[in-house]
Amino acid sequence: MEILNAAVALLNYVIIPATSYAAQLSLGALGVTLVYGILRFSNFAHGDTMAFGTAITILFTWLLQSFGMTAGPLPTALIALPIGIAATSALLLLTDRAVYRFHRKTKAPPVRLVIVSMGVMFVMNGLTRFIIGVKERNFADGDRFIINAAQFRHLTGLHEGLAIRSTTAITVVVAIVVVGLLFWFLNNTWTGKAMRAFSDNEDLSLLSGVNPEYVVKVTWLIVAALATIAGVLYGLDKAFKPFTYFQMLLPIFAASVVGGLGNPLGAIGGGIVIAFSEVSLTYAWRKVFSYLLPEQFLPHGIAQLVSIDYKYAISFIILVVVLLFKPTGLFSGRSL
Amino acid sequence: MTAPLLVGDQMTGGYGHTTILNGCSIALAQGEIAVIVGPNGAGKSTAMKALFGMLTLRSGSVHFEGEDITSLSPEERVSCGMAFVPQTQNIFTTMSVEENLEMGAYRRREGLGETMSQIFSLFPVLKEKRSQKAGELSGGQRQQVAVGRALMTRPKLLMLDEPTAGVSPIVMDELFDRIIEVARSGISILMVEQNARQALMIADKAYVLVQGANRYTDTGQALLADPEVRKTFLGG
Amino acid sequence: MTRLNRPLIYFAVIGLLYLSIGILQSWMLALTVLNDALIAAVMALGVNMMWGYAGLFNIGISGFFALGGLAVVLVSNSANLEAWNAGTPRILLSLLCGGAFVFGGVAAYRKLPSAWLRVVVILLLTGLGWATFEYVYTPAVEAVEAVNPASAGNIGGMGLPVPLAWFVGAGFAAFAAWVVAKIALGLRSDYLAIATLGIGQIIISVMKNEIWLDRGVKDVYDLHRWPVPKEVNLQNADWFIAAAHSMGIDVRTASALFVGICFALISATVLVFLLTLAETSLNSPWGRMMRAIRDNEVAAEAMGKDVKKRHLQIFVLGSAVVGIGGALYAVFHGIFSPHSYDDPLRYTFLIWAMVILGGSGNNFGSTLGALVVMLIWIQAESLGPALMHLITAHLSDGPLKSQLINSAVQIRLPLVGIVLIAVLRFSPRGLLPERSRN
Repeated sequence: MEILNAAVALLNYVIIPATSYAAQLSLGALGVTLVYGILRFSNFAHGDTMAFGTAITILFTWLLQSFGMTAGPLPTALIALPIGIAATSALLLLTDRAVYRFHRKTKAPPVRLVIVSMGVMFVMNGLTRFIIGVKERNFADGDRFIINAAQFRHLTGLHEGLAIRSTTAITVVVAIVVVGLLFWFLNNTWTGKAMRAFSDNEDLSLLSGVNPEYVVKVTWLIVAALATIAGVLYGLDKAFKPFTYFQMLLPIFAASVVGGLGNPLGAIGGGIVIAFSEVSLTYAWRKVFSYLLPEQFLPHGIAQLVSIDYKYAISFIILVVVLLFKPTGLFSGRSL
Repeated sequence: MTAPLLVGDQMTGGYGHTTILNGCSIALAQGEIAVIVGPNGAGKSTAMKALFGMLTLRSGSVHFEGEDITSLSPEERVSCGMAFVPQTQNIFTTMSVEENLEMGAYRRREGLGETMSQIFSLFPVLKEKRSQKAGELSGGQRQQVAVGRALMTRPKLLMLDEPTAGVSPIVMDELFDRIIEVARSGISILMVEQNARQALMIADKAYVLVQGANRYTDTGQALLADPEVRKTFLGG
Repeated sequence: MTRLNRPLIYFAVIGLLYLSIGILQSWMLALTVLNDALIAAVMALGVNMMWGYAGLFNIGISGFFALGGLAVVLVSNSANLEAWNAGTPRILLSLLCGGAFVFGGVAAYRKLPSAWLRVVVILLLTGLGWATFEYVYTPAVEAVEAVNPASAGNIGGMGLPVPLAWFVGAGFAAFAAWVVAKIALGLRSDYLAIATLGIGQIIISVMKNEIWLDRGVKDVYDLHRWPVPKEVNLQNADWFIAAAHSMGIDVRTASALFVGICFALISATVLVFLLTLAETSLNSPWGRMMRAIRDNEVAAEAMGKDVKKRHLQIFVLGSAVVGIGGALYAVFHGIFSPHSYDDPLRYTFLIWAMVILGGSGNNFGSTLGALVVMLIWIQAESLGPALMHLITAHLSDGPLKSQLINSAVQIRLPLVGIVLIAVLRFSPRGLLPERSRN
């Protein structure tokens, strides 16, 4: 029984939150990795792209809510999501046309594109703050829980409760669907294969008649969708605040680099590694131990290895260790 | 003599300020195998690139099937019926053999299955390894993938840049056999070769380039028989 | 425009712009912008040393900057004996312990023969080190933080003169840079960028959360600013009142202006000193080697240059310069506020925009870039809303109008972004391109 309680506590406080965080990070990292694989630069504006897409989605969520439209038990933001994606797509295509394309045509060194993306980051950051402000926003509505702690206790008779928030479930389901669609697209459509070919060997893909501008456009569209979905899921699950999204850049980059930049499977693997490390190292394990260990062996403190304030240190350390020992990433392979 | 398929006339060009091609001319007719040989640095590969539009010419022209294609991009030349197999990095290493072939047909998707089965009958080993990643294959097999990918565009002219570089002599013989087989199916072939003797043996027409200009032009057999060519370029 | 006088013309134009702020808006504003710009110029010089001399992509600038501010707190604040007695030695001991275990771990990794042994020993050392550190550290921290938490709660400073903090700040930043460099300097440029971004965030998190060290998010106010006098003291000094009267300025304004000018002179002196050093070193054999390495790392390595060592040197030096900027900044604003330093856009990427705009590799360019970008940054903050008032004049009052006006301060972000993008598009070498010297 105590073991069951410990398992439930572990599930409730570590595995479930880490899974949904992993889903959000993976989607973010997929966006970074796609840009790297096709456009061959590290896009520092990605966190702000996520914030922009989420901000637009929130605005439309509010609009829908003011018309009295909701999605019933699901969050209204899911209805507004396509509009967020469309707006982000438009913004990214415009940015590409106005900013990145020139450097692509002139074959600028990748590091210049990285610095250009810093400029884009400033613009997008300001844009997001301009349309929605800097405050924290909660926009989740619909049912809060699929099962709450009290119901679970009642159902199972266990002492420890298990709560599954609907946003968590939505995050995981949506992420799995999106990732499934993405892989299906990359492996089974002509455009997807063209993207992989372009990423693998640009010159040869040109000889095969792949149009680079088309590939780049499709990439930005996918990145817009991934970034907006990742941002909205994160915002539903936690809360939306532009600065938090900017800070997400570190774990997202860590996830994509740890998995091997340019490798979509790696982005997912990296997201899982980072999310589970972060959640389990910042979790106060005393509760789980209290079910497993006799009183006298219990640790004095809350048995938290790293304070939540230092969660960035975890992404950082994993990133550096992986880069030092396996610079191509855990799931090496450079191509989509 | 039939009307030539491809004519590169008086091509001059190079990279930056250096001139590599000095009025070099290359021509071949439908169904022919033409080879370009010559010492290192003679501009063989550059001539190939110039013909395929990967090098902007300072003067001279390129005609394909009688049309002036001098200003067309390599991609546009692919649509005209030219195919090019680069010397290195000529496959998609992270994609399967089948996907590599499919990418060849990216622009001409009708009759995909038929073309692919033709290529599989030409290179049976590719059929066997169709779902394996191309990067995991041996050097000779990679070259077959590369040639196969180029043939998937159903070209009239196949251009090969040193197809036998870095493969063992046995594999090399086999590759030459395959190339002859491709030529018999009516596809013209233009290739650059280091192994001059072997290349000349199968060549209908051969060009010996020196310093970016034509030195000798004749049939492969004639050049093989020419004592001067033998002495200077074939090592006696 | 010949190449010789181009810098002069640019500096003259920007000087006129600063003067026009003084004449059209207020001299106080002009001085504030100038002071922030001069401090940013010091930081930009540091970034330029890393990026422009050596191509090292450091975007953890805000962290090294904050370390300079920390130095001010620890050096110049008055001592807090009570806190010291409560547990400071024990905290220092815990840090030493932690350091010893890290050192042990590194030694184990380097010296031990087999991989398995390494893993076991390192895991053991990590666990043991963590336990020891926690055991020594936590009670001491609690004791220090319990001392007078409303106004202190930190270990206090050493009560030494402020200028010493410049050196200590440089030292702190240099030490942190050395640690980072030891770990991450071999990485490819965008990986190094991500790693430094992480370091910046970690340094700031430490400062935000370690209350015993610097009061964390509670901030440290009223930093000492010797040799610059306090406004209050000036306003009560007879000689100053007399001087203000003779110039016909009221005493309060005069004191603020005087203080601003003092700060500007100090920052300018530091900047000129650092610029001179940087230029001298850049023209020395060391600087030539540095550029040779940047331009062709492989060739330089083949010629027997120790690329790694040079990169380490310049990374440490550049970060130290950023640290000095941090010390100047904290003293000028009179407050050490890790929470507000947690803004990489302002304290990292804005500095980068200055370097890129000014011209990577050109030290004077960095200064020019700092003067221009800071002007845009601060002016847009006030002109943005003013402009929005005009634009929305015909709108009726309501949530939309107030939202638009309130959001208009953010115009400075896209503005800097557009400047950065435009420079890279039209003149990637910046306003003052790096001079070729042989």
